[in-house]
Amino acid sequence: MPEIHISQPQLEQKSAIHGGHPPAGPDASEISAVRKFLLSRGNSAVVDRGFYWLMVLCALSIFGIVALIAWRLVVSSELAWSKFGLSFFYRAFTDPDTHQFIFWDPVNGHFSAIPFVFGTLLSSFLALLMAVPLAVGLAIFLTEMCPRALRGPLAFLTELLAAIPSVIFGLWAVFVLVPLMRGHVNPLLIKVLGWTGLFSDDNPTGLGFLTAGVILAIMILPIISSLTREVMTAVPQSQREAVLALGATRWEMIRMGVLRNARIGIVGGIMLGLGRALGETMAVTMVIGNTPEIHRSLLSNGSSMAAVIANEFTEAVDDVHVSALIEIALALFVVTIIVNALARLLVWAVTRGAPSQAR
Amino acid sequence: MGVGIEVINLNAWYGTNHTLQDINLHIPANHATALIGPSGCGKSTFVRCLNRMHETNPIAKVTGTVRIGDLDIYNDAKPVEIRRRVGMVFQRPNPFPTMSIYDNVASGLKLNGYTNRRVLDEIVERSLINSALWDEVKDDLKKKSGASLSGGQQQRLCIARALAVDPEVLLMDEPASALDPISTAKIEDLIFQLKSQYTIVIVTHNMQQAARVAEKTGFFLNGRMVEFDSTHKIFTNPSDKRTEDYITGRFG
Repeated sequence: MPEIHISQPQLEQKSAIHGGHPPAGPDASEISAVRKFLLSRGNSAVVDRGFYWLMVLCALSIFGIVALIAWRLVVSSELAWSKFGLSFFYRAFTDPDTHQFIFWDPVNGHFSAIPFVFGTLLSSFLALLMAVPLAVGLAIFLTEMCPRALRGPLAFLTELLAAIPSVIFGLWAVFVLVPLMRGHVNPLLIKVLGWTGLFSDDNPTGLGFLTAGVILAIMILPIISSLTREVMTAVPQSQREAVLALGATRWEMIRMGVLRNARIGIVGGIMLGLGRALGETMAVTMVIGNTPEIHRSLLSNGSSMAAVIANEFTEAVDDVHVSALIEIALALFVVTIIVNALARLLVWAVTRGAPSQAR
Repeated sequence: MGVGIEVINLNAWYGTNHTLQDINLHIPANHATALIGPSGCGKSTFVRCLNRMHETNPIAKVTGTVRIGDLDIYNDAKPVEIRRRVGMVFQRPNPFPTMSIYDNVASGLKLNGYTNRRVLDEIVERSLINSALWDEVKDDLKKKSGASLSGGQQQRLCIARALAVDPEVLLMDEPASALDPISTAKIEDLIFQLKSQYTIVIVTHNMQQAARVAEKTGFFLNGRMVEFDSTHKIFTNPSDKRTEDYITGRFG
């Protein structure tokens, strides 16, 4: 019977309405037992407060972890700092015999971060160059053109791409992408664009900056496209209708009504992709070639900040060597945190601000 | 100058929902025509059929004939061409937040590749004067964004944006329902002035508004047009019992 929650006087009224039947629910003593039980319980203030502080601790642990990492990096790189100072990021050495630049030669005590910073920036830049048009195009297709039935599966597939471990991307790159670049893409680039000097044929391996850029592009595609999709969905329908009502074609509607309103958020998505590309280690290490050099050609071998750490950390015995690697790690840490924070802020500003903007 | 609109056997659907059933009417040129009726009666759908905005929804469908001037809009032209000739003002002001006031007004022309700076300046000024917004914004045309204006100013900006492309017909879907009474009065004054130059179709919940601005009024109920006549006749001596019930406030 549903009357179980109703107190005694109401029960009597109910039964009176129903024509004088005796109440069929539990009798008076049982209800007061329930009430007695409830009254006997404390107000749980202690448990509540304990729970509160436990949750605060969980939240603070995030800050704690970040602070601990930063502190550890700073402390461990102190030796390199005191030895090289800021010059670590700009100095270069010259080989006395060949008069060629040497940047990184741990055996002879030459440490300079230039080739790694260069490799990280170049491979990330190449990745953005390839991934951004593709990702934005994909997002436009998914939000504005795609038949409803296809939208879910396609979005799901793109996001699945983000879940694949990077070592698998690296493995795929070694067995599929590198031979492809070596056999077909690089020769074509050398033939067609060789005159620019950016594609020279002195590296027949198929490894190098460009290959690293391609694999990075594939890896950051999902994050850029899903964030672009999110900010484009946040553009109110009324903006699209406003443009359409002026006699716009579909493309003009997307350009003026959607991309224009979402552009800050798209930039945020791109920066988030950049953040991932800068820090990506495994796949890049497997295809970039791992030589600490700087070349004009995009097809030459190089290295990156993350790659040199992954490659040399286990073998570094010299204190200065270890410390120099940790200083590279610290630089990478700071840069990726700043890029990611900026990106999140931009995306946040757009997805929160959009409805109020277009009111 | 505006042109008349001839609607013959217009039917519209949202999915399986038959929202407009056999609408026939003639909307006269250079007059304001009001469409009244309770929520969900199909009057908004009806105006959205007049510039083919209804079909931008993938589940929507339309049959019948709509002639704007001499143009059979469902057979002789693409939606894009029609929307260049038929301006529309929406219920909620929707200026482009990332554009200046000037660019908002010029957006329709720029969209169609109009670049003559001097002519653009002229058209922007004339449109803003026609929408009674010029005096309030002339000092920061290019400084302020369209979103920085008040709600009523935003709606007049949207009217200026629609007027800038010199439409033959101006559709207004409850243009004042999101505005305060003073802004509403300004919009109504504006409609009163504009109707000598444009054919205006205005959807409204507000019966006084229809009585104030329109020569002709149509009453919609459950997807059908119950009655269409001069505004005076609709409000003083309607022929249909349902119209009378509605305007005297017995339902809706």
